[in-house]
Amino acid sequence: MQFPILSALIFTPIVAGIILLFLPAENRVWIRRIALVAATLILLMSFVLYFTYDVSRGGYQFLEEAKWLPQFGIHYKLGIDGISLPLVLLSGLVIFSGVLVSWNVEDRPREFFSFLMFLGASVLGVFCALDLFLLFFFFELAVFPKYLMIVVWGYPKTREYGGMKLTLYLFIGSVIALVGTLAIYFGSGLRTFDLLALEQAGFPAEFQRLWFPFVFLGFAILGGIFPFHSWAPDGHVAAPTAISMLLAGVEMKVGAFAALRVGIQLLPEGAQYWAVAILLLATINVVYGAFIAMVQTDFKYVIGFSSVSHMGLVLIGFATLNRDGLLGAGMQMFSHGVMTALFFAIVGMVYDRAHTREIGALGGLVQKMPWAAVGFIIGGLVSMGMPGFSGFVSEIPVFMGAWQVAPLVAIVAILGILITAAYIFLVVRRVFFGEIPPALDQSVTDISRKDKLVIGMLALVMILLGWFPSLLTRLIEPGVQSILALIGGGR
Amino acid sequence: MSFAFTPEMWRSIFPEIGLLILAIVLLVFDLIWLKQPQMRARWLGWMTSIGIVLIMGISAGISMPQGQGSVEWGGMLRFDAAGFVFRMIFMSAAALTALFASQFEALKKRGEFYALLLISTLGMNLMASAADLILLFLAIETTSLPLYVMAGFLTRDDRSVEAGIKYFLFGAITSAVMLYGFSLMYGLTGTTQIYELRSAFQAGNLPVGLAELVIVLVLVGFGFKISAAPFHFWAPDVYSGAPTPVAGFLSTASKAAGFAVLLRVLQIAFAGQGSLWTVLIAVLATASMLIGNYLALAQRSIKRLLAYSSIAHAGYILIGVAADSELGTLSVIYYLIAYLVTNLAAFGIVNLIESRVGSDEISALAGLNRRSAGLGLAMLAALLSLGGIPPFAGFFAKLLVFAAAVERGLIWLVLVGVFNAVVGLYYYLNVLKVIYLHPPVEEKEVFPPTPAWRIALWVCLAGILLIGFWFAPWYSLAQAATSAIWIY
Repeated sequence: MQFPILSALIFTPIVAGIILLFLPAENRVWIRRIALVAATLILLMSFVLYFTYDVSRGGYQFLEEAKWLPQFGIHYKLGIDGISLPLVLLSGLVIFSGVLVSWNVEDRPREFFSFLMFLGASVLGVFCALDLFLLFFFFELAVFPKYLMIVVWGYPKTREYGGMKLTLYLFIGSVIALVGTLAIYFGSGLRTFDLLALEQAGFPAEFQRLWFPFVFLGFAILGGIFPFHSWAPDGHVAAPTAISMLLAGVEMKVGAFAALRVGIQLLPEGAQYWAVAILLLATINVVYGAFIAMVQTDFKYVIGFSSVSHMGLVLIGFATLNRDGLLGAGMQMFSHGVMTALFFAIVGMVYDRAHTREIGALGGLVQKMPWAAVGFIIGGLVSMGMPGFSGFVSEIPVFMGAWQVAPLVAIVAILGILITAAYIFLVVRRVFFGEIPPALDQSVTDISRKDKLVIGMLALVMILLGWFPSLLTRLIEPGVQSILALIGGGR
Repeated sequence: MSFAFTPEMWRSIFPEIGLLILAIVLLVFDLIWLKQPQMRARWLGWMTSIGIVLIMGISAGISMPQGQGSVEWGGMLRFDAAGFVFRMIFMSAAALTALFASQFEALKKRGEFYALLLISTLGMNLMASAADLILLFLAIETTSLPLYVMAGFLTRDDRSVEAGIKYFLFGAITSAVMLYGFSLMYGLTGTTQIYELRSAFQAGNLPVGLAELVIVLVLVGFGFKISAAPFHFWAPDVYSGAPTPVAGFLSTASKAAGFAVLLRVLQIAFAGQGSLWTVLIAVLATASMLIGNYLALAQRSIKRLLAYSSIAHAGYILIGVAADSELGTLSVIYYLIAYLVTNLAAFGIVNLIESRVGSDEISALAGLNRRSAGLGLAMLAALLSLGGIPPFAGFFAKLLVFAAAVERGLIWLVLVGVFNAVVGLYYYLNVLKVIYLHPPVEEKEVFPPTPAWRIALWVCLAGILLIGFWFAPWYSLAQAATSAIWIY
């Protein structure tokens, strides 16, 4: 029997989280060390998965299965394919970075790192689950770490509002998806939550049309779909840095991923029926998110709304239901995850030192923290889809896919990217260049070495991917092919 | 007709005999041996609890019914798995409550309190296995009368006395209405035996409208016991006025007993009238969820909040009843097991805080996480379990209830249920926020609870977690009980 690496991956953060809770609260050194060790292990294991996944075979690999509640058709079943593997890698990167940027948390670090670990376990669990119930279990496991981390360690002015808003939006989404999930469970007549079995269930067309919106929208709320996106900026801004990174970087992908896996893969005919509606909503996401981002005066809100805009591209990719679009969506999920994690990390570093996020009150920070400035510019270039960066290789396939089904969508979405370029340039110029306000000149210091490590690592990933897209496409391609097989050869 | 005692008959009421003996022993000990209040405070809770656990253990050994079950004591008692599982639920609740009560100053020295607790549990046991309307009514009264006294136990506290009297008046009126329903059932069919009523009702020679009337009358009585809206008005006042351990007992065991009766009577006697009562139950469920959740939003007292939340939970559980299916019955029982440990833990913690801070306001919980990280986590587990978040017990329980309704195509009811779950989560999270975010009202860090209280809380927490992800044993229990109810 092979080593159950996926279980190890999921249970590392859970065990670490539990150990942390039992440590004495004063023992800050060990609290951080354990969190870092766990995060490193997760990162290493996700790299091991990346290198040992057999691309030529494709499909679901590293399968694990155990009985959980067979009377009710619930199994503990794990496995990853080309779509979920990049996301596991992304989670590994972001959790690791999240621990590093939170190194100096002062208030109750024990609870902070413990909840961070539970949140990590939740996202990893969703990506690896091959049982609908298990997927749901992990999906909802994130509720309390998200809420408590925002409310306790978040931005004092908006944390109570932002935390509650985010949690309730996502809970509403998940319960709607739950209803759809249960309908799928009973509708299949198989009495099983096994995703692979359900994929072959062959639901009648009307059934699929009726229930697709429940599962897709329910999960896509966590992916930030318009008009249910407003939790995202408010929640991201209210959250502490590491949680913003995880929320925007990974959690939004959890939503999109679940919408793909449960919505599109199980109910492909429903997806085809509703594709136009999703395209429309997602296009609004892209353009509307970019416009709103442009007029923000708060540095962090700019990034918050840019996430809404970029997740729109992922959803457009899904809704095209063709090879290019899905491939682009898979790439964009990874690329945006890394990019937005980098953005939020830098916003957090700036705020920690300047104690303000008002764009008007900032300026000239390149002199004080050159690493942050360079990192932000790289992130910005990714964000606007500059060739040579991961944004380009993920946005272009999305547009290509969209062009094949609805050229207008592609055109409008590309316009959205232009606006992205505008607001990114605006922010870069105002925050990092120009005159440095005298107050900041006194107080702001350079970022720490750990922060530089985070920036360097995330930026490197994006550049590497920009030059060698095949690093990921070789994984995503077979994943996309199996989705297309379910849809019926694509359109 | 010759009448002879068989071993089956004794086995079928062994737990009740045990409880009665235990109650008598306790009273005698209380009077004769345990002279000092200190001694009583230390031993009474333990004696009760260990006694109950012993009875549970022996019952599991000797009075576990086999197969379909049988009718004993001249048609009075049904000896089946459903009765057995429910007995275990009630007795666990009583054992935990006895331990939690050791943290309550005014209860822990009073032998008669523990005796009342046992007698009430005895009544519940009979409720769960009664197969005859006469025994059923007697069992309900045996359960209720001690509970009225327990609710009003703090005779120097106006709120407690008010709780006792209010509970009594509500209980008396609804009992009377229910008894009227019972009498109609007898008058219409000439039998009081629930299993015979079934065939009488199914024969279909009833006057139009009377069966409906009977069902409504009976539901009034059951609705009171499970604190479903619109029979819920007593709950907030009684929960907040009664001694906290009693409130916990009321909200778990007493509610479970109500559901045991509800399931048996509806599924057996009124099986043929399903199309009628499922609608009624669905309406009750909707009303309970809406009223419970929306009124809970405005509460400042944690006990009142838990009271309204308990009304809402009655609503969720009723969804499972309304499904009128095997999965529905199973989900009800699973939910009751999950709710038992969860709510007992919540009331147990409130009990402790109340005894330290002297207030049952939600603000009394402020900074609990800083004052005692373990208690903060315990409350987190209880609240999230109530909210239906994994990996805690409430998640799977809610999922099962909703699944049962989806299976039967009651999508509208499920949608009402899930949106109510969101509202519920909102106020549970608000309490959690007070625990984790708000500064403590006082800086005292230590909470030295009694060892008994500590053990009871640990058991509850273990239950919340185990029921939350180790489903198989509880599911099998619920399944066994379900198949005993669905014998036709």
